[in-house]
Amino acid sequence: MAEIVLDKVTKRYPDGALAVSDVDITIGDGEFIILVGPSGCGKSTTLNMIAGLEDITEGELRIDGKRVNERAPKDRDIAMVFQSYALYPHMSVRENMAFPLRLAHVDNATVTKKVEEAARILDLTQHLDRKPGNLSGGQRQRVAMGRAIVRSPKAFLMDEPLSNLDAKLRVQMRTSVAKLQRRLGTTTVYVTHDQTEAMTLGDRVVVMRGGLVQQVGSPQALYEQPTNLFVAGFIGSPSMNFLPATLADGQLQTPLGPVPLSDRIRRLVEAANAPSEVIVGLRPEHFEDAALLDEGERGRGGRFTATVDVLESMGSDKYAYFTVEGETATSAELDELAAESGSTEMTDDGSQIVTRLSAASGAREGAELEVWFDEDKLLLFDPSDGRNLTYAG
Amino acid sequence: MSQTAERTADTPVSPPAKKAVSEGKKAERKLGLWLCAPAALVMIAVTGYPIIYSIWLSLQRYDLRFPDQQKFVGLENYVTVLSNSYWWTAFGVTAMITVISVAIELVLGMGLALVMHRTLVMRGLVRTVALIPYGIVTVVAAFSWRYAWTQDTGYLAQLFAPDSALLTQRVPALAIIILAEVWKTVPFMALLLMAGLALVPDDLLKAASMDGASAWQRFTKVMVPVMKPAILVALLFRTLDAFRIFDNIFVLTSGAQETGSVSMQTYNNLIKGLNLGIGSTMSVLIFIAVAVIAFIFIKVFGTSAPGSDDGRKR
Repeated sequence: MAEIVLDKVTKRYPDGALAVSDVDITIGDGEFIILVGPSGCGKSTTLNMIAGLEDITEGELRIDGKRVNERAPKDRDIAMVFQSYALYPHMSVRENMAFPLRLAHVDNATVTKKVEEAARILDLTQHLDRKPGNLSGGQRQRVAMGRAIVRSPKAFLMDEPLSNLDAKLRVQMRTSVAKLQRRLGTTTVYVTHDQTEAMTLGDRVVVMRGGLVQQVGSPQALYEQPTNLFVAGFIGSPSMNFLPATLADGQLQTPLGPVPLSDRIRRLVEAANAPSEVIVGLRPEHFEDAALLDEGERGRGGRFTATVDVLESMGSDKYAYFTVEGETATSAELDELAAESGSTEMTDDGSQIVTRLSAASGAREGAELEVWFDEDKLLLFDPSDGRNLTYAG
Repeated sequence: MSQTAERTADTPVSPPAKKAVSEGKKAERKLGLWLCAPAALVMIAVTGYPIIYSIWLSLQRYDLRFPDQQKFVGLENYVTVLSNSYWWTAFGVTAMITVISVAIELVLGMGLALVMHRTLVMRGLVRTVALIPYGIVTVVAAFSWRYAWTQDTGYLAQLFAPDSALLTQRVPALAIIILAEVWKTVPFMALLLMAGLALVPDDLLKAASMDGASAWQRFTKVMVPVMKPAILVALLFRTLDAFRIFDNIFVLTSGAQETGSVSMQTYNNLIKGLNLGIGSTMSVLIFIAVAVIAFIFIKVFGTSAPGSDDGRKR
């Protein structure tokens, strides 16, 4: 167990490409931290630098207070789980898990004991003498975990360990990974591109984009108080709705109609020195079917009426999709997010809005619906640099 | 992928039951035979016939100098050859050249393969340069070795042994033959091994270094076992080739000082001695030896495919 400190860590490739820039993170002893971001954001490079598989160009990496920049991976006492599992195909499950111990010249009795203990924890006991080629994806994944835990390293590094599993198994394994980490209490750095994994697994989440850390914080903090448009759009599923708006005289002109700013938001916006053209962000759950609310609640929010394009009933709640006429919000961050999710078929005649309504809502596809939204929950962003104008810190 | 893995995980794979073949399968099999037929016919014409003809010849007393005495003698030629010390000397020389040269080629070839695999700058140039010896005609290369080692005029001879004719002494001559063989075929070995190296996933080596393996341990405990099939194929190719060594010996020593291989002996009897019976017998024996080598290799190869619990699964 150990504390891992990344002190202004930078990775520049020989061709000049900057993969990771000035990453400053202190990972506490026993903490479970997630590096998340779209592909190419530098999260895997950061992990590889912690592992020692890639050199650090600038900055310092300290494990337990000691500088380890120049140490070979084998001398860092860190275990890693790979997306491909990287199991040795010529060795049985037992030999795979024993491999790090054998290299460390641990005596036979201890090796047997530790391997069998790990196999019991991971429910692999009956598979110990099989070769990886004869195991299912989930079993291979567990062997890879087993190989990491047998030698009780200072930290675990996991590089998208669940990405090769099918959806159902991934959810199952996600819980097992979280439980295992809590049980062992080992510092863990986990890389994923899946924001759901990031939200559900980590104590803290680091959102990265283009080699830069965007925000570090607890999943809840990232969700409620994103520092910028990118984090706001990346975290959450379905993602936040964005609309262009104009700010004037303490009022917001939006495609959904004029919205008065609450005192809390007005103070934040004034402090942030906001421009007049802004982007409004609203999460799907901050909408509701207006018919389900009493007068008092209706008064505390904005309302608009629109035609339901698509209605998805999830049982517990309903997702209603609307198209809002007018201009769409544009910024570099939003374009990047759209490219990442592959949703390039942006509607030409307006922005799409996703709302999460109660299951009791009487919304029907093709019919008009009056929708209420919580004015105090909206977030405002600066379109030029993406910063959150309503960030309370 | 996960489906098959799931199946093998919990239930042992049942052997496929021999059921009546369906109509579709039958038609498919028929089509397959028709598609293979032309190639099979050509193969039979160009290899089957000479093999059978030489087996037939090996059972005859047939010396072109005494054509009147041609007669069927059964296995008498085999008795003659196999009880002859010249044959066994040549066999021993061949076996020795094969084992030593293939062993050296494997080590050097692996080194060269690693260099070519790892080279980042001027990859194409490095690979092309490394392959030059393999591109030179064996006889031409053999002559240049011969001139280089010829007393008084050869530069290597002057450099290493100015006062003796190395090619006329048995042990040095054999060493030079092996040197010429190794020089020529290391690139080929390296090429085959490089294909094997490409099969070792990067993640596996990264995982090994995370697990605490040094560079040498990564090589011996991960790389070599994973690329074992490629190594065996390379060894098989080279062993079969080396066992039939002819041109280098022919040019360098002509088989003098007991440096002749079995192929040299065959040539001497068949072409120079005009003894079709004995010559054919020798060629059949070489054929058998090569077949035995191939059989042993394929047996070993077949039982050690990595990633399977037993060899039969793949």
